[in-house]
Amino acid sequence: MAVKYQKSAGLTDNALTYCPGCTHGIVHKLVGECLVELGLLPDTIGIASVGCSVFSYDFFNCDMQQAPHGRACAVATGIKRVLPDNIIFTYQGDGDLASIGIAETIHAANRGENITVIFVNNAIYGMTGGQMAPTSLIGQKTTTSPFGRVLQQHGSPIKVSEMFATIDGVAYLERVTVTTPKHIRNAKKAIKKAFQYQQEKRGFTMVEILSTCPVNWGIKPVDSLKWLEEHMIPVFPLKLFKDTGEFHE
Amino acid sequence: MPKVLMKGNEAIGLAAVLGGCDAFYGYPITPQNEIPEYLSKYMIEHNKVFVQAESEVAAINMVYGAAGAGKRVMTSSSSPGIALKQEGISYITGAELPCLIVSVMRGGPGLGGIQPSQADYYQATRGGGNGDYHVIVFAPETIQETIDIIKESFDIADYYRNPVMVLVDGLLGQMMESVDLNKPIKKRFLPPKDWATNGMKNHSGRNVVSSLNIDPQKLENHNLKLQAKYQNVIKNETRFECINMEKAEYVIVAYGTMSRIVRSALEVLKEKGINVGLIRPISLWPFPKEAFKQIPSNIKGILCTEMSLGQMLDDVLIANNGKHPVGFFGRTGGMIPEVEEVVRAIERFQETVVK
Ligand SMILES: Cc1ncc(C[n+]2csc(CCOP(=O)(O)OP(=O)(O)O)c2C)c(N)n1
Ligand code: SF4
Repeated sequence: MAVKYQKSAGLTDNALTYCPGCTHGIVHKLVGECLVELGLLPDTIGIASVGCSVFSYDFFNCDMQQAPHGRACAVATGIKRVLPDNIIFTYQGDGDLASIGIAETIHAANRGENITVIFVNNAIYGMTGGQMAPTSLIGQKTTTSPFGRVLQQHGSPIKVSEMFATIDGVAYLERVTVTTPKHIRNAKKAIKKAFQYQQEKRGFTMVEILSTCPVNWGIKPVDSLKWLEEHMIPVFPLKLFKDTGEFHE
Repeated sequence: MPKVLMKGNEAIGLAAVLGGCDAFYGYPITPQNEIPEYLSKYMIEHNKVFVQAESEVAAINMVYGAAGAGKRVMTSSSSPGIALKQEGISYITGAELPCLIVSVMRGGPGLGGIQPSQADYYQATRGGGNGDYHVIVFAPETIQETIDIIKESFDIADYYRNPVMVLVDGLLGQMMESVDLNKPIKKRFLPPKDWATNGMKNHSGRNVVSSLNIDPQKLENHNLKLQAKYQNVIKNETRFECINMEKAEYVIVAYGTMSRIVRSALEVLKEKGINVGLIRPISLWPFPKEAFKQIPSNIKGILCTEMSLGQMLDDVLIANNGKHPVGFFGRTGGMIPEVEEVVRAIERFQETVVK
């Protein structure tokens, strides 16, 4: 019997800890598949950040380090500089990357650190129970913005990819989502390209993935996909921000 | 091998290299800038890693990453910078990673000043990171001793899988002394770093570097394992020097730059007919409690002296355990005590004790 579908060898047999309907799981699968297809698992060291993906060191089937909240890109820099031929990636939420870790992320990008950042933007702090993130939308109700995010008080949702597109050290940067099979295929292409560029030592690569948090949004999983498309994509348009193009020896 | 004249901070950099340092990650701060400046040239010329990080927070996390990858790595900083590294130090101890941290103390609190101080004794020995952890802290007195300890510190860190901190002050960092770089260090059996995350092709199975233990029983077990390790450190790595203890009427406790000043004061006091001994802790954690057993039972008192307002004093009081009267003398804020001030401190102490 031909195998039509199976779990990626890029993931361990440990059961994922994500809530039902959460798209973190899809992103894991795509990262795992890309590492397998590129034959990179034996060379890869992943960095788990602090957030719902904190346990991802148990999920990716490669060497892993767990970083303090926001420091994943500093940890990745430390490893990459001593192991320049290995593949280093971070897996970070929007609280981790865009709030507490924005400095570490910007400077890693600006140094052109040859690492890949998988940036999961779900517009909320999932792990700690649904507080406002720097990426939360105007009007979005969270446990710390019970009246909705207010522009004058909280500022507008921070657009990380738009900002990073201005940084010279960035070799590849795309915002994608995983709400439909088509989007998932596109997201996989982006992740694969990011890892390929790292193999070619071209600099900092990042894929921002718009993701759902049905539990803390208080929206059913399927409706969450719709909510993401209707509310997040207009604020965070899907776009290829930077691609340094074909590699020339 | 002939001796060479070296500035303290540069000697620290070179000694680290001699100790096998593969990578340096740091952020500028006075009075330790000569360490990164020296290494920014040396490391690149020798095909090793030097990174000026965007902050001390980033630097210590780069150390975490590279140490986890199995390399010999270090950072250096001064008081406010070491404050920022505390989060990372806690994670490094939790994940049981080896590294070297050089702390060149200046006056505090806050931005404080840039002159030499010992006001970061608590910061070094108690730390500000979360959890039940210890950093192994050595406080050398001369540039030669600094070099010898730094050369050995990577071995000690690797052996225990724990950070080693070398604690000096701005004076030691800035002064020049003639030194021998080739003194041999103790040989230790160092197990291979089969836990390092350097890619699965280099070891069997998956290696994970983490300080997370969500199950409280597992976390307690992990902490008990750390405590057992710390007991070994206390047993094997406690270091101190005792001087002139046999006929001592008084004993001074001093470390680092302060002990250099006290050595001169002992001479002056001897001429005045007052016999004073010196306990010089070299390891601050573990604090050398055994040294206090060498104190003659008939002494009149112990004077703790520091370039701070009484931090090591806590450990002296614990070690003394109420046995002898304990006095204190200290200057702070970057004020370096004169020899004469220490002499007067003993004379004043004499009056209070005899009364
Ligand atoms: C220094 C520090 N501050 C705060 C926390 C608590 N904390 C844990 S996860 C988290 C937010 C994570 O949100 P995000 O990065 O968006 O990831 P998600 O959980 O949504 O996937 C916070 C604030 C922490 N662990 N460490
Ligand atoms: S809290 Fe939200 S982001 Fe976290 S696992 Fe659950 S659904 Fe996913």
